[in-house]
Amino acid sequence: MNPIDFRGRDLLGIEDLTADEIRYILDAVPPFKEISERDIKKVPTLRGKTIINLFFEPSTRTRTSFEIAGKRLSADVINISVATSSVSKGETLRDTAENLHAMQADALVVRHSAAGVPHLLARFLPSPVINAGDGAHEHPTQALLDLYTLQDKLGTLAGHTVLLVGDIAASRVARSNILAMQKLDMHVCVCGPRTMLPMGIEQMGIEYTSDFDDAIQGADAVMMLRIQRERHGEVLFPSLQEYAERYCLSAERLRRAKSGVLVMHPGPMNRGVEIAPEVADGLASVILEQVTNGVAVRMALLYLLLGGN
Amino acid sequence: MERHVKAQVMDAAAMQRALRRIAHEILERNKGATNLVLIGIRTRGVPLARRLGEHLAQIEDYSVPMGAVDITLYRDDLRGRKSRPVHSTDIPCSLEAKHVVLVDDVLYTGRSIRAAMDALTDFGRPQSIQLAVLIDRGHRELPIRADYVGKNIPTARHEQVSVLLQEVDGRDAVTILDGESGAVE
Repeated sequence: MNPIDFRGRDLLGIEDLTADEIRYILDAVPPFKEISERDIKKVPTLRGKTIINLFFEPSTRTRTSFEIAGKRLSADVINISVATSSVSKGETLRDTAENLHAMQADALVVRHSAAGVPHLLARFLPSPVINAGDGAHEHPTQALLDLYTLQDKLGTLAGHTVLLVGDIAASRVARSNILAMQKLDMHVCVCGPRTMLPMGIEQMGIEYTSDFDDAIQGADAVMMLRIQRERHGEVLFPSLQEYAERYCLSAERLRRAKSGVLVMHPGPMNRGVEIAPEVADGLASVILEQVTNGVAVRMALLYLLLGGN
Repeated sequence: MERHVKAQVMDAAAMQRALRRIAHEILERNKGATNLVLIGIRTRGVPLARRLGEHLAQIEDYSVPMGAVDITLYRDDLRGRKSRPVHSTDIPCSLEAKHVVLVDDVLYTGRSIRAAMDALTDFGRPQSIQLAVLIDRGHRELPIRADYVGKNIPTARHEQVSVLLQEVDGRDAVTILDGESGAVE
C-alpha cells in the first residue's frame, strides 16, 4: 500500500476513516508493539512534543494507555482531569482548548460525556485532536485495538463473524467497532435485550438476536459489553440476575461456541454480570492482549499523526 | 521525478567480489567470527548483511547471528519528509561483549548511521560497533566513517546512488543517477 500521510489530521471517529486507512493503521502497529517488549521501552521519535490528555470522564485504562504510548515515544504527556481543572470554575470548552493551544500543545486526547466535544475542539485547534470517547458516539482507538487483536489472532478480518453482546445502545465501543467491522467486510451480529438496542439497527445491515445460546455458535469472536448503569435513569431489565441468566458469558455458554473462539471485553469488567470469572481468566480470553495491543495501537496513531510534523 | 542513469559503477559480479573481500577484512580485523553480530539497516542493509553472513560462514564455517534495525523512529529528519512506514527492529541476542557490524548499502551524510547507533545503544552496550557499507559516496555531515567499504564513489550532491539488490529489486547493480536534488536514500 502506498504510504498514507496522517500528519496533522484529527482522529475523531471510525466514521471518518476509509477501509484502506484502517488497514494502513493496523499494518503500522507491529514495530510499536516490539518497542514495548524491549528492556528500554523508548524511542526518541516524538521528543519535545507535548501531548495533553483532557479527560472529562473517569478512565484508568484509556488514559494510562495514552500516557504510556506518548511517553514511550519520548513525548511530554500532561494529564488533566476535569475535577482539578478550571472547567469546574465555569471555563468553557473553547477557552480551555485555546488556552492549551497557547501553551503550544502538539496534540489533545479528549474524553467527554457529551458526543461531539472532540469535534468542537478540533474546530478551534490546528493541532491533532484524538477522540478517547465522546458520550455514546464513538471510541475509535478502542475499535482499532479490538480489530488489531482480532487480526492478530485470526490472521484475517474479512468474512469472520463477531458477536457483540450487551448494552449496545449506550456503548460507544460497540458503535465504533460495528462501523469498523463493516468497513472491513466482517459479519457483525448483536445480541442483548431489546431495550438495549439502538434504533434502526437492522437498517445498518446488522443481524440482531436476543438468543445468546443460539448466536454464539456461529461466532469467531464474542465481544462482551459492560452494562452502562450510569447512563440510564430508567430500568432496562428486571434484575442483574435475570440479565446474567440470559446474557452472561458463562463457561457453559462458551462451550457451545466454535473451538478457537475469542472472548473479548473492552473493560472494565463486572465479573459475574456480563462475564463469568472463569471465562474472563480462561484460555479463550484475549482481554489482556487487548490492553497490551491498546498501547501499541495508540503509539502507532501518535506516530502517524505527529511524527515529523 | 524521472532520473536519468548516468553510469553503472558495479555489476553483480563486482558486488559479490566486494562483499567477499569485506567478509575477509571483517574476519582479519576481528581475528575470527566469534562474538560478531551482523545488523543490517533497513531496508537494503538487511539482505547485504545476510550475504555477508553467508560469506563468513563459507570462509570460517561459523554462523554469525544476524539482525535488522529500522531507524525511522530515530531519524533527525522526519519533519518535512514524506511520511514513512515503520518496520520492525529485530535484534537476535544480547549485544553485551559483542562486536556489532552495522551493514548499509550507501554511506552518504552519516545521519542514518548515527540513528542506527542510537537505536542499538537502546538495546544494550556492545563491545564495539563497526560499519560495513557497499558504497561510500562522500559528503559526510557528521564525523562518521566506515570500517569496511565495497567501493568509494565520488559524487556530486545532485546525483543519487542507486543500489539494486536481487532480494528487493530483482537484480544486482549499483548505478549513479542524475537528478535535481541530492535526496538521501
